[in-house]
Amino acid sequence: MHPSLLLLADSRLPAGGHAHSGGLEPAVTAGTVTDIPSLTAFLRGRLATTGLVTAALAAAACALAVTATEPVEEDRLPGLPRAGGATGTGTPAEAATHRASDPPPSGTTTGTVNRATVTGDGGLAVAWEVLDAEADTRTPSPAQRRAARAQGRSLARVALRTWPSAALDVLARQGAHHPLVLGAATAAAGGGPRDAASIAAYGSVTGGASAGVRLLGLDPLGVNEALGGLAAAIDAVAAEAAGYAGRPWAELPAPSAPVLDLYAEAHAGADLRLFES
Amino acid sequence: MTRSYAPRAAITAACDASGVTRLTRLRSDGPLAVRETPDAVYLVGAAASPLGGDDLALDVEVGAGARLTVRSAASALALPGDGPSRMTVRARVGAGAHLDYAPEPTVAARGCDHRAVTSVELAADATLRWREELVLGRHGEAPGAHTARFDVTLDGRPLLRHALDLTDPSVYTTAPVLGAARAVGSVLLAGPGLTTEPHTAEGLSVLPLTGPAVLVTATAADAATLRRRLTTGAERASRTPAPAC
Repeated sequence: MHPSLLLLADSRLPAGGHAHSGGLEPAVTAGTVTDIPSLTAFLRGRLATTGLVTAALAAAACALAVTATEPVEEDRLPGLPRAGGATGTGTPAEAATHRASDPPPSGTTTGTVNRATVTGDGGLAVAWEVLDAEADTRTPSPAQRRAARAQGRSLARVALRTWPSAALDVLARQGAHHPLVLGAATAAAGGGPRDAASIAAYGSVTGGASAGVRLLGLDPLGVNEALGGLAAAIDAVAAEAAGYAGRPWAELPAPSAPVLDLYAEAHAGADLRLFES
Repeated sequence: MTRSYAPRAAITAACDASGVTRLTRLRSDGPLAVRETPDAVYLVGAAASPLGGDDLALDVEVGAGARLTVRSAASALALPGDGPSRMTVRARVGAGAHLDYAPEPTVAARGCDHRAVTSVELAADATLRWREELVLGRHGEAPGAHTARFDVTLDGRPLLRHALDLTDPSVYTTAPVLGAARAVGSVLLAGPGLTTEPHTAEGLSVLPLTGPAVLVTATAADAATLRRRLTTGAERASRTPAPAC
């Protein structure tokens, strides 16, 4: 992996990630995470739900950012579909029933749709807004939406300084969700959708792991061993997430974590807390 | 003998010139029977279903200005059989129309491999109450695989995309997903006048979405507790008292 991408995945990236526990602090408060085995289970559940959603959004964002920088042929300029149109060329039912193993449904070769969407004045901004709305619809918890936007802003500030790009400019202005900024930053740093998915999936568990060390005084060597044990699962989630890049955004996975949503809201209202989320 | 059902049932409600809702289409098919009663249209299981291999579909259409309430006579039991089973529900709610869809829970029996796919298209000023409940296995039983995907659009824009993947116990029994809960469910309310304040209680979250809608989610040890929590949450989400769940 290119050193620029290692830098982007590094927990020492000054993007404020250390202020978020990914729901681990409220889980510790609730008593459901107390030791390394329960921390590992927590991270496994988080990875398969929020981790998959954010990895797929990051991969889609990276694909969009890469597409937007490529020259576009004139016959691919049919004008902008209305907001939402780019994501909904198939009906939601078709989109939802479409599996990775199926051929793309007819009329939903969204590589072309997205490509058309991002051309022309303002088209790029509209496309990013549509993808950001897809992130909103997969994040029912208001506290998690706030945390995702706060982390997106912090990352955009860092990424724009190091890997400036038009996509990051737009996302910084829009205050976009973190995985979108991560995907655009990955593209600007020379990576592809699979890299963005890997960094997002990896980041979906490392924040909680280091929070576990700080909150519970867990053995850092043991926590690192647990993360190593999750490596194959992280890679599988990243591969699955990257498989959606180029497909209609409506189809992106949306597995929920009901208890994590509850924790996020309870934590936002808590008087005493170490982490923002 | 192997036999799979592929029923296509449908309910259409339309508003007549005097403003009264009429059911203009009630199509029962195989195990999916629909029956009109004074207070609601009921889904009645006319045969054991869904069984593995079944591909059931229900189409619900509520025309502009009409009001439709859908209930079910009993819970649905997802059973194993010849391959995976699928239940596809597609609903369209027109301008100024209201759909209240709240069937009894689905129970994921041991060995089932069921997928529930739901899409709801709301016109700009349509309103909705949509309840889904899932029970993981019958008494003392480990459930089979169950996945659900729920896509809702409002005026052509996505409002909620929410899935539940209960295929791998090493994932769904973890603290972030369900923990030790045996029942999980949600109520989606869409329309004006809903709360903008999130709220949580034991096993219950009231989550205002970005659009004019609130998602109430709950987890519980059993179906009765789940129903109570969802009812409490839906009341909390509505500024005016919600109908009993």
